[in-house]
Amino acid sequence: MLGSYSEAEYGDFQRRLIILRAGLLLVVALLGLRLWHLQIKEGAYYRDLSENNRTRQVLMEPARGLIYDRHGVLLANNVPSFSLYVALEEVKDREALIQKLSNLLELDPAFIRKKLGGKGGKLVPRKIKDRLTLRDAVLIESHRLDLPGVMIQVESQRNYPGGVTASHLLGYVGEVSAEQLEKPEFSDLHQGSIVGQYGIEKSFDRYVRGKAGYKRVEVDAHGHEKKSVVVEKPQPGNDLYLTIDVRLQKLAEDLLGRESGAIVALDPNNGDVLAMASRPAFDPNVLSRELTPRQWAEIVQDEGRPLNNRASQGQYPPGSTFKVPMAIAALESKTVSPSSTVFCNGGYQFGNRTFRDWKATGHGAVNVHSALVHSCDVYFYTIGQRMGIDLMAQFGKQFGLGQSTGINLPSERSGIMPSTEWKKKVKKEPWLPGETISVAIGQGYVTVTPLQMANLIATVANDGVQYRPRLVWAVMDRSTGNLVELPAVPQGRVNAKPETFRLIKEALADVVKVGTATRAKSSMVTIGGKTGTAQVAALRTGPEESIPKKFRDHAWFVAFAPIESPKIAVAVLVEHMGHGGSAAAPLAKEVIEAYFKLNDESSIGGSEAPTGSSTAPSSQAGAASL
Amino acid sequence: MIERMAEGRGFDTFDLRYVGLILAILGIGVLSIHSATHNQEAGAAPYYLKQLAWIGIGAVAFVILWAWDYHAIARLAYPAYALVLLLLVFVLFEGRTSKGAQRWIALGPFSFQPSEFAKLVLVVVLAHYYSKAPRVGWLQRVIVPGLLVLPGLLLILKQPDLGSGLSFVAVYAAMLLMVGVRSQTAGIVLLFSVMLFPFVWEGIWGALHDYQRQRIMAFVDPNYDPSGKGYHALQSRIAIGSGELMGKGLFGGTQSQLKFLPEGHTDFIFAVYAEEWGFVGVLVLLALFVSLIWMSLDIASKAKDQLGALLAVGIASMLCFCIVVNIGMTAGMFPIVGIPLPLVSYGGSATVMSLASLGLLLNVKRKRLSLFY
Repeated sequence: MLGSYSEAEYGDFQRRLIILRAGLLLVVALLGLRLWHLQIKEGAYYRDLSENNRTRQVLMEPARGLIYDRHGVLLANNVPSFSLYVALEEVKDREALIQKLSNLLELDPAFIRKKLGGKGGKLVPRKIKDRLTLRDAVLIESHRLDLPGVMIQVESQRNYPGGVTASHLLGYVGEVSAEQLEKPEFSDLHQGSIVGQYGIEKSFDRYVRGKAGYKRVEVDAHGHEKKSVVVEKPQPGNDLYLTIDVRLQKLAEDLLGRESGAIVALDPNNGDVLAMASRPAFDPNVLSRELTPRQWAEIVQDEGRPLNNRASQGQYPPGSTFKVPMAIAALESKTVSPSSTVFCNGGYQFGNRTFRDWKATGHGAVNVHSALVHSCDVYFYTIGQRMGIDLMAQFGKQFGLGQSTGINLPSERSGIMPSTEWKKKVKKEPWLPGETISVAIGQGYVTVTPLQMANLIATVANDGVQYRPRLVWAVMDRSTGNLVELPAVPQGRVNAKPETFRLIKEALADVVKVGTATRAKSSMVTIGGKTGTAQVAALRTGPEESIPKKFRDHAWFVAFAPIESPKIAVAVLVEHMGHGGSAAAPLAKEVIEAYFKLNDESSIGGSEAPTGSSTAPSSQAGAASL
Repeated sequence: MIERMAEGRGFDTFDLRYVGLILAILGIGVLSIHSATHNQEAGAAPYYLKQLAWIGIGAVAFVILWAWDYHAIARLAYPAYALVLLLLVFVLFEGRTSKGAQRWIALGPFSFQPSEFAKLVLVVVLAHYYSKAPRVGWLQRVIVPGLLVLPGLLLILKQPDLGSGLSFVAVYAAMLLMVGVRSQTAGIVLLFSVMLFPFVWEGIWGALHDYQRQRIMAFVDPNYDPSGKGYHALQSRIAIGSGELMGKGLFGGTQSQLKFLPEGHTDFIFAVYAEEWGFVGVLVLLALFVSLIWMSLDIASKAKDQLGALLAVGIASMLCFCIVVNIGMTAGMFPIVGIPLPLVSYGGSATVMSLASLGLLLNVKRKRLSLFY
């Protein structure tokens, strides 16, 4: 009945079942031990891991402050853009991810590798690329499952609606560099933060930067946000109201056109920068983006040096425009009287060397007035020789030469106002008397920036009272909503009698009326000015046209208007364009005329005060009265 | 002198406890499936409802295999095995592919996995083989049954389904232990090496280089994700470990709710449960499983004949193997092979097969021995 189930086998079977039961208990005990180890002994550790898994601290970038011109025209704002981030802790195979990303986005693998290796803890997501095109963003999103740890975030991106307009002034923004992060002023930033890297964006960064906040988010395994709690709100940056009138700025830039050069327009009464143009220029929208090393090299190696702000960083010999401070120095030091004359026969003999006048036939007997009007070199050789370099330097420095104007822009250059002491210190050589003669007509060692010359002519127009050039007239404080005006900063005074300034201004008026700058004559407004032609190469032969352009002279013109109560001072420099009277003076005239035209239109009720309230957004109009 | 008497009986308290255990484990399964999937996309039928439907079908299979004389069932062993082999061949050519493996046969809206049913059929085949006639000598005790197992095993590995393949080997090994190998020592050695193999596996496995492991895994299981580098295993360990003593509560398991845990409702359901119910819950589930296997071995021990005893042992070993390997794998003790947790993991074929097997087990008990000394 029981078939094969024999007695012996039955007993054996029962014994083996007991072994089986023992085995079962042993194995389950091992499992239980393992689970006890996981859940009890190391439970807290795994709980931490699971918390890290699901929560992530996410920085909330502040909105960078906006930048407006003096009348409230928007110059810089923020627009949404897609950025690509990688959360390192979710990346299992870094090289595979690099390969996939580089294939999808056509990026250099080395570039991605470098980005992934950036500073910061494992929990700080690394930014790989910003300003993704919509196509790339969609491409990444659709491959999300193959790209663990990759996140697309919508971020705000700096935008300059005017493109190249005022690019040197506005500057551009970029990611904070590793070196910058070491410095205390960037201590509140983190890798990937955006800071101003040039121009006003850089020098006013602490105003517009704002303060990052952060939120704690719960994410699922795909990096999707499930819940988020804002722990600290980001504080937006403050808005800036610049002193420039963007219409005047654009005109000045257009006047320079394709030539290299700079135009600076100041308000002599408070130092406001009305326009500051430099050409060639760059597009800050491009530079605010992540550039490849090749793009960057192209910009840096461009022979026109478009990143150079020629207005504040370009140093040129002032040429004959230097005769203005020299004339004041000679009168104030009583080296000459207004009526004393020098006879000009077209040359000045010093030792065995002859210094030539630009007019070979000479100007005849000239006093300080006619010497300025006709830009007689021999007159200034003579008075320069009489004054000596150190007296000249003393007056030059009163006008701010050889030192920075203090404008709030990065890397302003100070030019050179030479003196015996300067030469001993810098060149380790004694001053040679012949060198004084070159400096007297703005050649030799003396160099200036267009901004310094604009400030100089503004000082003359303002009878010796000098202001620090000002770029921002008000800051809109986002936390209080108040518009806080920044005061004009007086920067010293030239020690000269009002009589001297009157004489000089009369002469400068005649320069335009009958002298070297008749092409700056305006039917709208009285203009006073001085031309300059800065020699680039010492030895020149033949007519101007036969000289290669890079050896041709720079054209200068400094001016102010109206002569009776100056409202605008302008310095124009055009590189390699020859005579100031022909190449630079007409540009200054255009700028001045445009300024008065624009001001007649926009100044309702005759107010010239730069409140900007006529076009500023209404929410700030009330605050503007503070 | 032992007197044996066959007794046909109805439901008794043993049966009630047995069915109660099964229902408790099924309940834990349905709850965990619901927790793992409740925030999945709306629209499709919820997984826990589908699982309940499978349990319903499984209950029918349970009753059929419980009521039908198991001797009659055993007589169908070879035809059934032939059918299973045919289905396995069919699935290789016509089967539905999912996650890189071709395991399913589509039947209208459902799909079923022949390899799951192959396990139960194999138990019946081997029990039938050993009990039909006295098997003597190595050839009859080891080699022939081995050859019986081989075609099914190869077809399953070809799919590839490493987990089911290993279950096949485990059932064969358990049968060898109980009747195949006559030497007591050899039996004990065999038992312990089978049982402890997973635990020493980690040591052997750990000694290999990454590329070696990947080559081996790619050979036996192309599903193995070489770029995953233990991501699933780690997330599973985190889920279990972070449950600590009391767990995070139902629906509170962040690892599964936020989908860090892959396959939460199927192969990794134990991690979902352990995360939400903690070590306390784990002990409860382990106790339920041990009781169920223990009672199954009771049935084996009191079986009326060798066929019944072997059927009971085979089914108990198969379930036990799946439970141990599944929990061991989610707890990071063994490499990850796709084996569902019986009665708990979501899955139609596995659920129906488990319930059918347990019905057959209870069938053996229905006609069990009464012992009189």
